[in-house]
Amino acid sequence: MNRSWIIAGVGLAALALVPFVASPYVLHIAVQILIFGVIYTAWSFMGRFGLTSIGHGAFLGIGAYTTALLWNLYGVTPWIGIPAGMALSVLLALVIGYPCFHLKIVGHYFALVTLALGQVIALLVIAARDVTGGSLGMTPTQVGESIFAFQFPNRTHFYFIALALWLLVLGVWYWVGYGMRRAALDAIGEDETAAAAAGIDVMREKLRITVISAAITSLGGSVLTQYLMYLNPETVAGVGISLQIVFAAIAGGMYSALGPTVGALLTLTLTESLRILFGTHFIGAANTIYGILLILFIVFLPRGIMGLIEQFSLFRGTREKESRLPL
Amino acid sequence: MDIFLLEAVLNGVMFGGLLALLALGLNLIFGVIDVVWICYAELVMCGMYTIYWLHAVYGVPFPLAAVAAILLVALLGVLLHRIIIEPILGSAPINQLLATGGLLFFLQSFATLLFTTDFRNVGIHLPSLELGDINLGYARILAFAVALVGAAALYLFLARTYLGTAIRAISQDREIMGLMGVDQRRIYLITSAIGGGLAGLAACLLVLQYDVHPFVGLSFGPITFMICVLGGLGNMIGGVIAAFIMAQIIAIGGYELSVEYSEVLAFLVFIVLIMVRPQGILGK
Repeated sequence: MNRSWIIAGVGLAALALVPFVASPYVLHIAVQILIFGVIYTAWSFMGRFGLTSIGHGAFLGIGAYTTALLWNLYGVTPWIGIPAGMALSVLLALVIGYPCFHLKIVGHYFALVTLALGQVIALLVIAARDVTGGSLGMTPTQVGESIFAFQFPNRTHFYFIALALWLLVLGVWYWVGYGMRRAALDAIGEDETAAAAAGIDVMREKLRITVISAAITSLGGSVLTQYLMYLNPETVAGVGISLQIVFAAIAGGMYSALGPTVGALLTLTLTESLRILFGTHFIGAANTIYGILLILFIVFLPRGIMGLIEQFSLFRGTREKESRLPL
Repeated sequence: MDIFLLEAVLNGVMFGGLLALLALGLNLIFGVIDVVWICYAELVMCGMYTIYWLHAVYGVPFPLAAVAAILLVALLGVLLHRIIIEPILGSAPINQLLATGGLLFFLQSFATLLFTTDFRNVGIHLPSLELGDINLGYARILAFAVALVGAAALYLFLARTYLGTAIRAISQDREIMGLMGVDQRRIYLITSAIGGGLAGLAACLLVLQYDVHPFVGLSFGPITFMICVLGGLGNMIGGVIAAFIMAQIIAIGGYELSVEYSEVLAFLVFIVLIMVRPQGILGK
């Protein structure tokens, strides 16, 4: 226990130093890794307990567009816009989640319902092109460095915002994932009927993680938009980004706290290095390799990179214990 | 009745035939192998590119190009099953769905890499049938007719042949059929080939109406899954009925509102229906 606290402390200190040593380009990537880390972690809240959503783009899109539209059309500060987006996402999660869980829609069926949900939001954004700019996307009105407008062109400032957010979400992860609740959720993931028979309120537990997941995804979408200052239905809603979320979380390892962030690190590094390597001449090269990797991960490594690391260290741990056993 | 509305309804019927054909292949795979090929529409895209290259670029006659496309996509189906699905047949169904999702990414971006994001047209323009003030494209009528013939042929194959019976039997009880001497692996591979072939056939019909580009699958893929679920995954007749319902919603909605809102409506209808009848419109 003590050792892991020391490792965490050193890690945090190293993360806090990043903006002072990294080049602006590296810092730009680091901010995105942290924000996508938040989004992928949010998905894993549901994913690790067997609620596989392939429509999380819906919540991402609601967060991004609510914040940007309120700001552009009515001058409402993102400090209200972001919670408003989260509230809308939570509402949608409840409207969809309640009947789904009530009717025991699971597995394929649940995945396809979420797919439809993602499509609905993406199509609505495209259809309302008068205000959202449709497929061309939109930019929030820029006012320069402003706390009121939640705009921080200074990357270092944004880095610390993203870092704080990421730590907060990790905190939520530990809060959700420990004690009886964790056991209850694991039981639900294994066998719903048996869990219900054991006295677990399946509906309440599932709704709780769905709502948390939707709220954080929405928050991630808003913050991402405030950082990139551009949004379009392809990048924050729809099938593409929804699948990207699933894959990055699985590749990193959705069962461990740091897994989804490792997924963000892996995918963004891969995309960026392929972009540098091939330039824009080979559009699609990154996603081609990405696609193959994902198939390989699901076939050979369904618990992701962190799963592999944990398995390895667990194995080492048991060996140490075994050697201490009195003969 | 408004003449344009009537035209929209008729076009919807034609479109429904095409959607039914798309849904049939996917439904067969789901019913027999219990796997959702989320990349199904991307297999159709591969077929469309095959026809485009063979016919529009190399001048192969269209019927020959169409046969080549059907065979190629059938082969893709077999490879997909053999390489991706077979190693993970035992793991959670959602993993299989996600693995084919990886293939979706791969096919889309590989097509972008090879062919760029240009929209390509196969260059065949069939005339329109004029019934009074109503225009019906022959391409749509042909698609409708071929889709119906394809569905009927599949039905006869499943109902009347020994192999078809084995396929239906395995979809009902996969454990017992092994004991009855049915080679499950062989049946799965044949089913994958037929599913792929149907995707290839759909590609031949789609290429006459739409341009090919790497992301073309996204425009009809999601709606195909919705149709399968509505019909009851694995239920062929339910799938055909659901295809016509969805096509009408999109056609009439597109006429009354706009294309996007009509699709939003279709997806909302799906979400509501799946909650009212999760077993599908014809399910028990």
